[in-house]
Amino acid sequence: MGILGSGNSAALRHVFLASLRRRRLATALSLLAIALGVALGLAVQLIHTAALDELDRGMRLLSGEADLQVVGPRSGFDDAVYARIALHPTVAAASPLLEIQARLPGRDETLRVFGIDLFRVAQVTPSLLPIVETAAADGEDPEGSDADRPDRLAALQPDALFLSPAASTRLELDAGDAVVVQVGIGEARLRVAGSVPSAGVGQVLAVMDIAGAQQTFDRIGRLTRIDLRLAPGIERGPAQELLRDLLPPGVTLLTPEETASEVTGVSRAYRVNLTMLAAIALLTGGFLVFSTQWLAVVRRRREFAFLRALGLDRNSLERGLLTEGALLGLIGGIAGVLLAYLLTALAFRLIGGDLGAGFFRGVAPQLRVEPVLTLAYLGLGVLAGVAGAWLPAREAARMVPARGLRAGDEAEVYQARPRRGAALIALSVAALLCLLPPIGGVPVSGYLAVALILVAAVLAIPGATVGAMRLLPVRGSLVTRLARARLAAAPGQAVVAGVGVVASVALAVSMAIMVDSFRDSLDAWLTRMLPADLYLRASDSGASGYLDPDAVARVAALPGVAGVRPVRFENLRIGEVREAIALIARPVQDTSGLPLVAGTLDPPAGPGTDPPTWISEALADRLDLGVDDPLALPLGEQIQTFRIVGIWRDYARQQGAAVIELETFRALTGDRRTNDLGLSLAPGTDPVEVMSAIRATLGDRVSEMILPGELRSMILQVFDRTFLATYLMLAVAVTIGLFGIGTTFAALASSRQKEFGILRHLGLPRRRIGTLLALEAALTAAVGVGVGLAAGAAIALVLIRVINPQSFHWSMDMQLPLATLLVFGSAMILLAALAARLAGRQAMRQDAVLAVREDW
Amino acid sequence: MPVWLALTLALCWPIAFAAASDFAPVIEGRPLAFPADTGAHPDYRTEWWYITGWLTDETGIERGFQVTFFRVGTGIGADNPSRFAPRQLILAHAAIADPSVGSLIHAERIERALEPLAGAAMGQTRAWIADWELASDATDGPERYRTRIEADDFALDLELVTTGPPLPNGRGGFSQKTPDPSNASYYYSRPQLAVEGRIRLDGTDRHVTGHAWLDHEWSSEIMPEEAQGWDWIGINLHDGGSLMAFRMRGRDGSALWTSGTLRDGAAPARTLVPDEVRFQPGRLWQSPRTGTRYPVEWTLEVAGRTLRLEPLMDDQELDGRRSTGIVYWEGAVRVYEADREVGRGYLEMTGYAQRPDSL
Repeated sequence: MGILGSGNSAALRHVFLASLRRRRLATALSLLAIALGVALGLAVQLIHTAALDELDRGMRLLSGEADLQVVGPRSGFDDAVYARIALHPTVAAASPLLEIQARLPGRDETLRVFGIDLFRVAQVTPSLLPIVETAAADGEDPEGSDADRPDRLAALQPDALFLSPAASTRLELDAGDAVVVQVGIGEARLRVAGSVPSAGVGQVLAVMDIAGAQQTFDRIGRLTRIDLRLAPGIERGPAQELLRDLLPPGVTLLTPEETASEVTGVSRAYRVNLTMLAAIALLTGGFLVFSTQWLAVVRRRREFAFLRALGLDRNSLERGLLTEGALLGLIGGIAGVLLAYLLTALAFRLIGGDLGAGFFRGVAPQLRVEPVLTLAYLGLGVLAGVAGAWLPAREAARMVPARGLRAGDEAEVYQARPRRGAALIALSVAALLCLLPPIGGVPVSGYLAVALILVAAVLAIPGATVGAMRLLPVRGSLVTRLARARLAAAPGQAVVAGVGVVASVALAVSMAIMVDSFRDSLDAWLTRMLPADLYLRASDSGASGYLDPDAVARVAALPGVAGVRPVRFENLRIGEVREAIALIARPVQDTSGLPLVAGTLDPPAGPGTDPPTWISEALADRLDLGVDDPLALPLGEQIQTFRIVGIWRDYARQQGAAVIELETFRALTGDRRTNDLGLSLAPGTDPVEVMSAIRATLGDRVSEMILPGELRSMILQVFDRTFLATYLMLAVAVTIGLFGIGTTFAALASSRQKEFGILRHLGLPRRRIGTLLALEAALTAAVGVGVGLAAGAAIALVLIRVINPQSFHWSMDMQLPLATLLVFGSAMILLAALAARLAGRQAMRQDAVLAVREDW
Repeated sequence: MPVWLALTLALCWPIAFAAASDFAPVIEGRPLAFPADTGAHPDYRTEWWYITGWLTDETGIERGFQVTFFRVGTGIGADNPSRFAPRQLILAHAAIADPSVGSLIHAERIERALEPLAGAAMGQTRAWIADWELASDATDGPERYRTRIEADDFALDLELVTTGPPLPNGRGGFSQKTPDPSNASYYYSRPQLAVEGRIRLDGTDRHVTGHAWLDHEWSSEIMPEEAQGWDWIGINLHDGGSLMAFRMRGRDGSALWTSGTLRDGAAPARTLVPDEVRFQPGRLWQSPRTGTRYPVEWTLEVAGRTLRLEPLMDDQELDGRRSTGIVYWEGAVRVYEADREVGRGYLEMTGYAQRPDSL
């Protein structure tokens, strides 16, 4: 054991950790990559955790102490069920609820109104208990009543509405103020009679008496939920079984956790995907650490050889280099964590808890420190650093000190072997993984396949470089031949310089292909789904507005209106899947509009056949159903069997949707309301004139109209915003990849000074050496971009064919944005050349004589 | 004349005047018809069936008990076809006075009338909230009432057998409450009910027997602006007779109106005019909870007789500050005449903490 025995840690620290400081730019880049990866990943997680927590808290608050909840379709169920349930011996307390999304005319929002029985709600859901507040200006109160005297009758008044503190703030309403709500295409006037003080901080909701709610919103005889507390000693499971027998079809009993998981379940695939994108940024960071560390190892080869000769053993050297990587990871990780909290705070302030997909709209989460999550991401940062340093450290440790001390030896490290076998194995495993089903709704194997394709791409670089150089013409200028010879002889150089490029290009390309395909398919889908000239609706399909037959008739009779197509939205609970599915009742057979992927729009209708239904891909996947299978749907509280005649693509409803003919729906339910009305106009009619005519007919505060073109661009805008986060991450990854080429060539240039010196002596002008470097970089980048494009296309295929169908149950047509990719690839190559040229300038400034002499 | 009346008025006050005309007025001269009038009268604003009495268990321990079912017309939702329309509210309250506990054990429920969960039936006594119930049954033998209360801390399951026909109070069932005859109710009593059944206390069931008293009263307007509260007694006399007496107090504590019904032994009942009834407060007890002072002992002059009331225990205060906001005293009392116990029953005192309906 020499002077550098493992006990002398101060010296080791000097040798290893201080080296990071010397390579400032490269170190900074690695740090940046890791920090960004950690920051993006952690921020996405923090935002979603907070949003989910708030959502969960809200659900728990709104479920109170309920053991079970009776839930049905969105339009609710017959309230005759309530007494049966409430009187059942297993039930200690039952609290009926009617939930309504009340559209507020003249405001661009809806208010969640709970109709409650205030004598019952306290037993199960005390957080919804309203407190009467008399407006200060209300002069009817003689001598002032006792403030602590609850005035329960005031809460029973049919127009008394109680606002949660958050709703009161959001709507800027206080006790005594009037609130106008929309019912159908009419308006009803309510009065703020007090507050719901125990509703959570972030919960925007209102409470009113259940009888008043049924009357005001024209929902007599309907409930949407019954919260149950079970009698002491009664288990949920058996009670669920017993009580289910009392319920009509389509109405079921869930635990509050199950109700909550409906919401979190739908958003899970989206959350996982964002997390995966962040992980990709982190992966790119790991590759960059690999590049910098590899180069550092090359440059310090003689230093290490010397240290080894002085007695530093193999393991200590390896450990030291790994520590360097870990330190990079740690510092990058800490910076990333700080950045993540900053980003999260900013996101909460600017956009709330919703990252674009709309799952968490209306949730106002609070930023909280999540120690476990934070530590996990910090650990991932360190892991990326260590993983990046691992190969270089092994390489350094393997070096024979005697050879390492000799000049010119560093060329050896670029003798990367083409690992065709390994690349092939990785690709085959990836292909196999694509065949596996998702785990818990998350396409784990799909993501693994993506990672394996990346690995295969990196492994393929040396072989690809050698192959590409062979393809290059042997003739040409001296510089070209030099560059070609250099790369063919030292493909490892391309690995080191190109690994970041390959990874970032592959990911960028795959996302570009996927997003482009998705956008094209979405556009085509929208055109198919929106065939009318003008759309009219009273409110969002879940809210309190609707068009009655009379309103529809009045609109149809307007001049210029050639035809109307009413659509009714409902959601249903079917036994097989836990989340409610969407039901769309509309005319189908004589219209153009369903983007079918299987089946027909015009099924043969014979006597005795069940009515037809067209189900979305998501529903087909989830129920494992195909064309010609029967599907039983609970409609009008009885089971009706439908025949599946088509499967259609649906990008709007992940939980699954079934389309049935409107006439069938009306016959079964007696529900003649319309949510959306598509209008086809007579040729030559100005839609704007029709819009004013409709406004004049229905009143201008209670309806919304939109031209399909506007709606389409609105939806595509939302789409683009959703993928904005993706684009940002990719831009970061690509930039980092480019910087990687720059730093690599800077380092290469300095380590190849004597080579350049000799070339100068042989008469090559300094400028041409710059060209040589740029050309090498361009060739390296070209190989990297080429491999990246291939890998990207493969990953896109996995994304489109495996990950999207498995996470979201929708398909899309693959589309190659060739022009974009071409421009992108050329730009990458040019930028790489430019970066190398700039980076090499420093190295070439040196005197040729000195450069040659230095090593002798 | 239970204090729940006050509670109802407290509930009603914001609409009391606006909606007074929505309810049927109480007019003298309407004869009570049985058994139809033992059922509910939803046209009137308030109505209650009020049972008080003394129970003795197998070990000889004596306790007081009280069960009340209330019906309140709200004047809300008359035009609402919803089954939840809160046109009528049903309230129930039960309490046990156990000297070994030292204060009242009680529970309450309130619901909107909603078949079959809660309601008050017409035609014959039946009022219920879920498994709490009071109902009469005349099909087999003498008319009997059955009441069941299952609360967290206690339970009552009692059968109360009548020993005579209903006893109308006031002038043929028209019971005037103040000098203004519009403050009145229809009011009859069922004294000397023979009780047998079961109570649960501390998780143990006890078989009990005893005597009880039922009041059934309905009206649309009772308590005038100038009233502060009232004192009321319902006493089963040991000679088989009964005594009901009440006093409406003005804001200054003076009597606005007094009245009563006395039946000596088997003699026919006699309605007492205001001059024949005098309430004289005796020993004061101060509640440690609310600081309110109640005269828990009284001297009564009724139709020339002097009676003394002594409570089963001093603390029979009901502290409703957290729920109804009303604080009152309602408890079991013994009645002495010249140091001889002549009867047992219940005493109710309101308006000592504050005016019950806050008007």
